[in-house]
Amino acid sequence: MLVWSRSGRLLIWVLFALIFGVLFLAPLAVILLSSLADQWNGVLPNGFTTEHYTDVARGAAWNAVKASLVTGFLASALALVSGTWAALSLRLQGHALKRLLGLLFFIPSAVPSVSVGLGLLVAFSHPPLLLNGTIAIVMIAHFVLISAFTFGNVSAGLARLSPDFEQVASSLGARPAYRLWHVTLPLLAPYLVAAFGLSFALSMGELGATVMVYPPGWLTLPVSIFSLTDRGDIFAGAALTMILVASTLVLLLGLERITARATGS
Amino acid sequence: MSEALAIAAPTAGKREPGRLWIVPPAALLALLFFYPLALIVRQAFLDDGGAANAAEIIRVLHSRFFLNALVNTVTISVAATAGCLIVGLVLALILAFVPFPGSGFIARLIDTFIALPTFLVTLAFTFLYGSAGMLNSGLMEVFSLPLPPVDFLYSTWGVVLAEVTVYTPFILRPLLAAFSLVDRGQIEAASVLGARPFRIVRQVILPAAVPALIAGGSLCLLLTVNEFGIVLFIGAKGVITLPLLIYGKAIQESAYQVACIIATINIALSLGLFGLYRFAAGRLGA
Repeated sequence: MLVWSRSGRLLIWVLFALIFGVLFLAPLAVILLSSLADQWNGVLPNGFTTEHYTDVARGAAWNAVKASLVTGFLASALALVSGTWAALSLRLQGHALKRLLGLLFFIPSAVPSVSVGLGLLVAFSHPPLLLNGTIAIVMIAHFVLISAFTFGNVSAGLARLSPDFEQVASSLGARPAYRLWHVTLPLLAPYLVAAFGLSFALSMGELGATVMVYPPGWLTLPVSIFSLTDRGDIFAGAALTMILVASTLVLLLGLERITARATGS
Repeated sequence: MSEALAIAAPTAGKREPGRLWIVPPAALLALLFFYPLALIVRQAFLDDGGAANAAEIIRVLHSRFFLNALVNTVTISVAATAGCLIVGLVLALILAFVPFPGSGFIARLIDTFIALPTFLVTLAFTFLYGSAGMLNSGLMEVFSLPLPPVDFLYSTWGVVLAEVTVYTPFILRPLLAAFSLVDRGQIEAASVLGARPFRIVRQVILPAAVPALIAGGSLCLLLTVNEFGIVLFIGAKGVITLPLLIYGKAIQESAYQVACIIATINIALSLGLFGLYRFAAGRLGA
């Protein structure tokens, strides 16, 4: 305890509540409030309604949720396979190559998402690799952007893994493939689930690259929210944002419970 | 795998077959990321006929829209990072050393902001600080003003405040990790000996926080330079950053070469900051 006097502690906690309230609590609360607001002319809404939710449910919401979930699931699954594969096979490399490749796998997270989208447009707008205007280019953009996070999470998990289990397994005569499938991957499982959850959440909120490459008819939640607010329909935008936040949190909590049950804690 | 192979076949110098496993994921990333990246750079330096054209690059580099966007990007990034460092340090100090009932839950709540889309905060700010927002309505009602008095949202400062909210968790996380390693006994001993809290913070706690501040700060610089959603949602004509300019040139004006030139500069800036972050994080780990 750094501050011993009761009044001093109270003062510091008031300061904390102020910063936390203004920066973090107020934005979340006000999005929720505005998604339910009937009319808003004064300090507080004049009344409450669920009209914005029924509006977006009739309009863009269902397709946007579907586009976001499908994109997020496929891109995260591909990123999980490729990130785990990369992290595992990187262990077989020499020291110098390991460092260089490790760095290269991280670089997609450092490049602005808009540029990733621009690159895909430039590269895949001509035959034989004509992907511009397809759903696949959206998935690829999301995969590229989240691949570094999956790779990083799995690598961090591998680094924390005790080598004893694998050494015991191989000294007992387990072949590499058997050892990978029955020892290494089960030990890695919590990190794999966490990596999948984080990349799914990142994909759900991705805007910069998606807005560059999305084809007509495949509007993800962030793109739909932007087109609503850009038209001035900010209450419907707030309702759709709440749907995005709720589906992201449900997803993360669900994955957390799966991990907790699997590890028995 | 390597140990087992080394025991089974002690043929030093011979290439292990396991090394080739890296090829599929590396090839996938090369095709989907590095190849498009190379094409951006190529298109920035060559025109459609394949001839080098320095004139277009010089024209863009001297244009008002590019210089404005560059200045905006750097100003916003530096100001937002400074804000994140201050807010993050204050919050982390309180959470770690003056904890209250439920502070662990609050720390986790702030952490979930990392998973939320960045534009959420901008949208919320429209309701809070916009010209018809809660703050302005309240002030106009109380002081019976004819015009909204608070007008910072559609300026650089609106973007900076939104980015402070979004990126403070990235400072908070490494700081709390660093603070959990600080010896509580040392702090209690210092305060029993009569050291004031400020002195303990300066002499005992801050030295332990410096690596986390440097690593978190350089990560914030990188993320704020790359930020797109917040700036797009604020939609102020005067606040254009490099990523927004790339979007505008490519999608709204179909000026792909100009977009590629700006993207090349933006990518170079980001990779420089990424190098800084890796260097700082490497020192932190050492």
